[in-house]
Amino acid sequence: MNVNQSIPPVPPFGQPQPVYPGYHQSSYSGQSGSTAPAIPYGAYNGPVPGYQQTPPQGISRAPPSSGAPPASTAQAACGQVAYGQFGQGDVQNGPSSAVQMQRLPGSQPFGSTLAPVGSQPAVLQPYGPPPTSAQVTAQLAGMQISSAVAPAPPSSGLGYGPPTSLASASGSFPNSGLYGSYPQGQASPVSQAQGHPGIQTPQRSAPSQASSFTPPVSGGPRLPSMTGPLLPGQGFGGPSVSQPNHVSSPPPQALPPGTQMTGPLGPPPPMHSLQQPGYQPQQNGSFGSARGPQPNYGSPYPAAPTFGSQPGPPQPLPPKRLDPDAIPSPIQVIEDDRNNRGTEPFVTGVRGQVPPLVTTNFLVKDQGNASPRYIRCTSYNIPCTSDMAKQAQVPLAAVIKPLATLPPDEASPYVVDHGESGPLRCNRCKAYMCPFMQFIEGGRRFQCCFCSCINDVPPQYFQHLDHTGKRVDAYDRPELSLGSYEFLATVDYCKNNKFPSPPAFIFMIDVSYNAIRTGLVRLLCEELKSLLDFLPRECGAEESAIRVGFVTYNKVLHFYNVKSSLAQPQMMVVSDVADMFVPLLDGFLVNVNESRAVITSLLDQIPEMFADTRETETVFVPVIQAGMEALKAAECAGKLFLFHTSLPIAEAPGKLKNRDDRKLINTDKEKTLFQPQTGAYQTLAKECVAQGCCIDLFLFPNQYVDVATLSVVPQLTGGSVYKYACFQVENDQERFLSDLRRDVQKVVGFDAVMRVRTSTGIRAVDFFGAFYMSNTTDVELAGLDGDKTVTVEFKHDDRLNEESGALLQCALLYTSCAGQRRLRIHNLALNCCTQLADLYRNCETDTLINYMAKFAYRGVLNSPVKAVRDTLITQCAQILACYRKNCASPSSAGQLILPECMKLLPVYLNCVLKSDVLQPGAEVTTDDRAYVRQLVTSMDVAETNVFFYPRLLPLTKSPIESTTEPTAVRASEERLSNGDIYLLENGLNLFLWVGASVQQGVVQSLFSVSSFSQITSGLSVLPVLDNPLSKKVRGLIDSLRAQRSRYMKLIVVKQEDKLEMLFKHFLVEDKSLSGGASYVDFLCHMHKEIRQLLS
Amino acid sequence: MATYLEFIQQNEERDGVRFSWNVWPSSRLEATRMVVPLACLFTPLKERPDLPPVQYEPVLCSRPTCKAVLNPLCQVDYRAKLWACNFCFQRNQFPPAYGGISEVNQPAELMPQFSTIEYMIQRGAQSPLIFLYVVDTCLEEDDLQALKESLQMSLSLLPPDALVGLITFGRMVQVHELSCEGISKSYVFRGTKDLTAKQIQDMLGLTKPAMPMQQARPAQPQEHPFVSSRFLQPVHKIDMNLTDLLGELQRDPWPVTQGKRPLRSTGVALSIAVGLLEGTFPNTGARIMLFTGGPPTQGPGMVVGDELKIPIRSWHDIEKDNARFMKKATKHYEMLANRTAANGHCIDIYACALDQTGLLEMKCCANLTGGYMVMGDSFNTSLFKQTFQRIFTKDFNGDFRMAFGATLDVKTSRELKIAGAIGPCVSLNVKGPCVSENELGVGGTSQWKICGLDLTSTLGIYFEVVNQHNAPIPQGGRGAIQFVTHYQHSSTQRRIRVTTIARNWADAQTQLRHIEAAFDQEAAAVLMARLGVFRAESEEGPDVLRWLDRQLIRLCQKFGQYNKEDPASFRLSDSFSLYPQFMFHLRRSPFLQVFNNSPDESSYYRHHFARQDLTQSLIMIQPILYSYSFHGPPEPVLLDSSSILADKILLMDTFFQIVIYLGETIAQWRKAGYQDMPEYENFKHLLQAPLDDAQEILQARFPMPRYINTEHGGSQARFLLSKVNPSQTHNNLYAWGQC
Repeated sequence: MNVNQSIPPVPPFGQPQPVYPGYHQSSYSGQSGSTAPAIPYGAYNGPVPGYQQTPPQGISRAPPSSGAPPASTAQAACGQVAYGQFGQGDVQNGPSSAVQMQRLPGSQPFGSTLAPVGSQPAVLQPYGPPPTSAQVTAQLAGMQISSAVAPAPPSSGLGYGPPTSLASASGSFPNSGLYGSYPQGQASPVSQAQGHPGIQTPQRSAPSQASSFTPPVSGGPRLPSMTGPLLPGQGFGGPSVSQPNHVSSPPPQALPPGTQMTGPLGPPPPMHSLQQPGYQPQQNGSFGSARGPQPNYGSPYPAAPTFGSQPGPPQPLPPKRLDPDAIPSPIQVIEDDRNNRGTEPFVTGVRGQVPPLVTTNFLVKDQGNASPRYIRCTSYNIPCTSDMAKQAQVPLAAVIKPLATLPPDEASPYVVDHGESGPLRCNRCKAYMCPFMQFIEGGRRFQCCFCSCINDVPPQYFQHLDHTGKRVDAYDRPELSLGSYEFLATVDYCKNNKFPSPPAFIFMIDVSYNAIRTGLVRLLCEELKSLLDFLPRECGAEESAIRVGFVTYNKVLHFYNVKSSLAQPQMMVVSDVADMFVPLLDGFLVNVNESRAVITSLLDQIPEMFADTRETETVFVPVIQAGMEALKAAECAGKLFLFHTSLPIAEAPGKLKNRDDRKLINTDKEKTLFQPQTGAYQTLAKECVAQGCCIDLFLFPNQYVDVATLSVVPQLTGGSVYKYACFQVENDQERFLSDLRRDVQKVVGFDAVMRVRTSTGIRAVDFFGAFYMSNTTDVELAGLDGDKTVTVEFKHDDRLNEESGALLQCALLYTSCAGQRRLRIHNLALNCCTQLADLYRNCETDTLINYMAKFAYRGVLNSPVKAVRDTLITQCAQILACYRKNCASPSSAGQLILPECMKLLPVYLNCVLKSDVLQPGAEVTTDDRAYVRQLVTSMDVAETNVFFYPRLLPLTKSPIESTTEPTAVRASEERLSNGDIYLLENGLNLFLWVGASVQQGVVQSLFSVSSFSQITSGLSVLPVLDNPLSKKVRGLIDSLRAQRSRYMKLIVVKQEDKLEMLFKHFLVEDKSLSGGASYVDFLCHMHKEIRQLLS
Repeated sequence: MATYLEFIQQNEERDGVRFSWNVWPSSRLEATRMVVPLACLFTPLKERPDLPPVQYEPVLCSRPTCKAVLNPLCQVDYRAKLWACNFCFQRNQFPPAYGGISEVNQPAELMPQFSTIEYMIQRGAQSPLIFLYVVDTCLEEDDLQALKESLQMSLSLLPPDALVGLITFGRMVQVHELSCEGISKSYVFRGTKDLTAKQIQDMLGLTKPAMPMQQARPAQPQEHPFVSSRFLQPVHKIDMNLTDLLGELQRDPWPVTQGKRPLRSTGVALSIAVGLLEGTFPNTGARIMLFTGGPPTQGPGMVVGDELKIPIRSWHDIEKDNARFMKKATKHYEMLANRTAANGHCIDIYACALDQTGLLEMKCCANLTGGYMVMGDSFNTSLFKQTFQRIFTKDFNGDFRMAFGATLDVKTSRELKIAGAIGPCVSLNVKGPCVSENELGVGGTSQWKICGLDLTSTLGIYFEVVNQHNAPIPQGGRGAIQFVTHYQHSSTQRRIRVTTIARNWADAQTQLRHIEAAFDQEAAAVLMARLGVFRAESEEGPDVLRWLDRQLIRLCQKFGQYNKEDPASFRLSDSFSLYPQFMFHLRRSPFLQVFNNSPDESSYYRHHFARQDLTQSLIMIQPILYSYSFHGPPEPVLLDSSSILADKILLMDTFFQIVIYLGETIAQWRKAGYQDMPEYENFKHLLQAPLDDAQEILQARFPMPRYINTEHGGSQARFLLSKVNPSQTHNNLYAWGQC
């Protein structure tokens, strides 16, 4: 019962988590076992669908009410409760079940076919959002189930078939399998179960979901009982039955889910309940339950195949379509994780722990492993053998952000100074001292945890061991007790065996006609005058050690001597762009404070000097060369800030031609659009890296500038690219200045080398990000800031040991902004498993997506885009199929069963596939694609998450007084109500969507105009008005911007306005104009792929 | 015309011409037997305060291959208004403007006293003078300071509308833009890369306006001045700017490590200067003034590497073929010199350093373009400062004593052909009927370009008599030569100076006495010396000396009177008497002897020898020695060790040095302070007399000679002792001294 209740909490998906906390491992194991049980499903399918729905419904809904809304709240409540109870597996389950419920709702739609449910579905949908958490699988399951239940309908709804699969996905069923009778029921229950537990804390645990399936097993027992009921339920008005179940325990909470569930779900709920008991159920439950529908699904599916290309075929199904609410909802998962894991600090002491989602605010306590802010892995449990890894196809990758900025309440890494001897390292593999090193022989030696080599402890480092074999000073030394820390490097770690001098910043400003005309130069010069006071400095330092220099250029370069002793700056023109050199030594790079007067004078004069310029041609490569040569002459590392407007067509090295050709899209030659035009850029980048010269490029193009080529150098030197198409001071000033300020002020490490060492058995084999590699192991970064990530992929070398786990050590040698040479070390220990289920239970979908996106985005350089898309789909299908085959309890092939941890994989993957790079719309320029491709390459997990699945925040739903961020809704047009206002953000763009029938009062208080029609479309600034709503919205916008590394320009979009097309592009769950599939369609397609693999 | 001496002198004063022979042997064979070729020293701009230029253009012979200018030697038919060209015998109609011509109403060019006449041409746009400073910044601080002051001073001496430009160089080359306000702007070039003129102009943005600019501003007739104005500005406009700019000029900031020479990109700097002018002001008078304080050490034109341990090449190295960079550098500078000459610009080199600065390699820049070459120890010496100042001295009209972009066109009557010229000129390669196949000096042409010349610039022009022995010239026949010099006067006008001279032919077999008497031994000595020096540039020293000796022997054979086997019987007539002595000193001179001279010094001496007029050249060959004593007014004495006496003060002028030498007794007196005692005022006067005379010479000479005041036993007495004929040495002092 409780379970059911829990179910309501919709967060269902998350649900599993709660369970976890309690259960964790044990539960898992159980689950795995449970998978077997899946068998029951066959029967269940039917029930399942209902089932899933049921949970929700069951709860409150089952009854008609299906007060979806309540669900959310209820859920939350439940979730919490569950938590508290923890001990009470049931309770938790309950919540989880709720989750399922939600999904169920989704499934309902299918179920709806069933008819009875029909009515409910509607309800469900609303619900949908919350339920989302319930994994797609669940919903799908539901679908299928429904189909199953009402075989006829499904068939009719061929299209739907797929949904069914979803249901199956709910894998949870497998659990149900346990129940045998349950099958379906189980599934649903499971899903629910998951939902419950998962709801919040549970979600995390969800990862374990894989195991969750197993849970079903546990649930199994119950399930059976449940199933029974469920089935009936389904059979009937599944709904009712299901509801009952749900109701029983979660009813109130369930409500929301219920709503969704209402129709079809009905039956599922029961399942949940069952599962819940099983507890593991949660995991399974969530999805499994949903699966019910699969059967139907399958059939309809066939059509799906086309899917990949177009959902079209499936469309026929539409009538019976999968209910979007029934499929796993990202929003739900995120919310659940927030609720479950946002409250307690994440303590890193335990090996192989899956951290909270990137969307969750949590505190990290470093107790021996690096914070997830530094390293996130796709899986925290690595298969012991490469065979397993190959079978699972789950990429093993870590997304590393070595210089990540930490929130103020977390301490930045301690700096350890070992004096002249330098950091202590293993003699053989050169790994640095870390908490995992094993001291032996009374502390006289230590065994390397990476290569097992036994090393002597130098006398000055000797310390006795305590009775546990630990050094008694372990807690006094960061390198023996923390996951992240820094060493001061000795001169041996410096270039030419000389301590580096403080780095320099060189500002290189395009002063060609375009730059002058747009007012860019004037704006920039004005800004630099004040910005130079905020150069990054070592904490504690009075002034920044960084020196600055200035260059302007068009077809030729102008260097400026701004030596403090001069009355006026001196300009030196170098027109020999073919053979660039630096014309002056003294006075080019200066200390800002000493030369302030001259610099100010220079910045005042630059706009004047070129005010009448007619030069339209620019050069590019020579500019960077010049900067690099200047740094070389000054013998320091540094960063070039390049402000550039146009395609460099002037006669010089790196001259480019306009090769933009839209006709190449979707041909084998499309890849050339992403490749640099000439090799000159790579060569140059290589030289820059050798000199520690990092390039940040600000582009202000009016037309094609060949970002693909221009960004090569920033990309390879660890720099950033910013692009402001059609820059106009009035509109883009704030965005540009804000980006510039942040870019200049952010802390940077220079001339860095990063190396990832691993314990024997795995090896870092591939790297993604903004850097250069001259060999296979060292990542060379001319510059590295807190926003840049490096994604590293690992492969097996050998067998891993479950006991010792796998260790990663990322060592970054860099020069700080004060010119200090340091080593930053991050350590992370992972678990190893011999059971695939453990792998699936410890995955991180966001990280996985980060990796897959980067992999795909690199792929387009060499392969046709279509091939890249197919590869992604195939891999994803393989991952899921492997799960289904090895971890989920046997169930009908028609069921789509997703591991709890990966239930969002399809939706996210779809977003990646639909992204501009992989499937460009007509309005997307080649430059935009190259730009995005380049951006994504160094994005961290949080950024890719929101980039691919934008946040859509309703502004008027919650009371004005509430200070918390509103809960996001799913990115689909269906979720928009025309009486509301929404904010949409993806880290780069920010839209304010205004519904056509928004209350006048709201319009007035936000826009200061009297009616909707008077709102200026495309507005980029909200008027500053003194009323609570306006303040709140603007406050919210500000806080959103503060969260992102780049300033997001606001665009106000009115419903039914032509700008809306642009906006709709970001509603990623919908079908896109460029041919991208809708979430539902894609899910169907995925299921079909999986089935193909399984058969 | 009492004597030939007077005749010669009068001719020189009127026409600036000195011939080796003033009566010409009438056949090729005989002329060859005269040993000394028929040649002249011609000073195109010989100062003629009494010769106001006429304000019209010359009348030219209508025959296209001739185009000789109407002159007093032409036969004129006043009635028919015809004149016959005395070179090609073409009969020409006078132009309409000459309609009123008659025996009593002659235009100036027909009057005999106007054998030299100057026409002023009104046609064509006048372009201002251009001075482009190319300044080395790899100098010691005080040197640079002194140079900056000299340059700033020079600004005040330039005519206000003259254009000035500034290029500085060290490791890099900077072309300073002078027009901008506020930020001082310069274009920087790598010092190691040779650029073509086209590249330079592209990089300086000089070619760009061609297309877009014209469209942008169609009403911009004066495209040229506009474009180039960024780098070359009228003095009056940027006087202050440039003064400030020069004031802020810093030493080359690139570090010079121990044991290295500073990197000096002289080759590229010059190349850019040439390219800049080439692109903006071709064929207008312009001076590129290179101030350098050391040898070029990098890039094209480098003379020595930057390793101090490897010394700059010496004569010894050159003979051993050990001068690594010499050929390449020379080639580079020759290429530049030729381009510059083609554009009508000239290059001055002011090299001040204690060591060599690469004049050997760079000499052609000054030699071929008529630029100045000044060598000193430091810019912070009066020698440089005053020399530099003297460049800008003005004549009585207030015009600079310099002219630009001259072409010298020589026309001869048909018995003569032109064999070549030696002087600060380049060939224009104009072949014609009067061009000989035998070359002496720069030959194969009848026209030369002299890009920069002053009032004393003198060319040696060599002729060949082509009249055959069997085709005698009628008695009283005269050969004629016409020099037509087009040039840009420093007041920016174009002018043409025409000098027409004629000499009698004489049959050497019958009238040898005549010819002998009309021998100008001074001119002949200088002309032979120029030939010798010209040869020395390309041949081994000993070969040249042998050649000179042979010539002298042959001359003596031909004109001396002697009895065989009796040396004492040898006599030469008066007109030849000094010639052997000149040859003697010439052999010892630094023009032909490289011992004890660096290659740079040799180049420097030869440079000046090739452009000075007869008097100065003679001083260079045989220094003048004056003796001061209580016994009477100063008197010239033999340049011989016997002239060094204890109670005499000697003043020696070698052109490059002025040495005052106090005899042993005089020095003792001075030491004892007699000059300060009122009763020995005459001694004081005696001491003062040579000083005053020396001062007078110093005032007039360009470049400033080194001034040495020494006494018996002084270390610097070596300058005197090395010059005098060592008739008395420690070996024979007593023997000879007694007799």
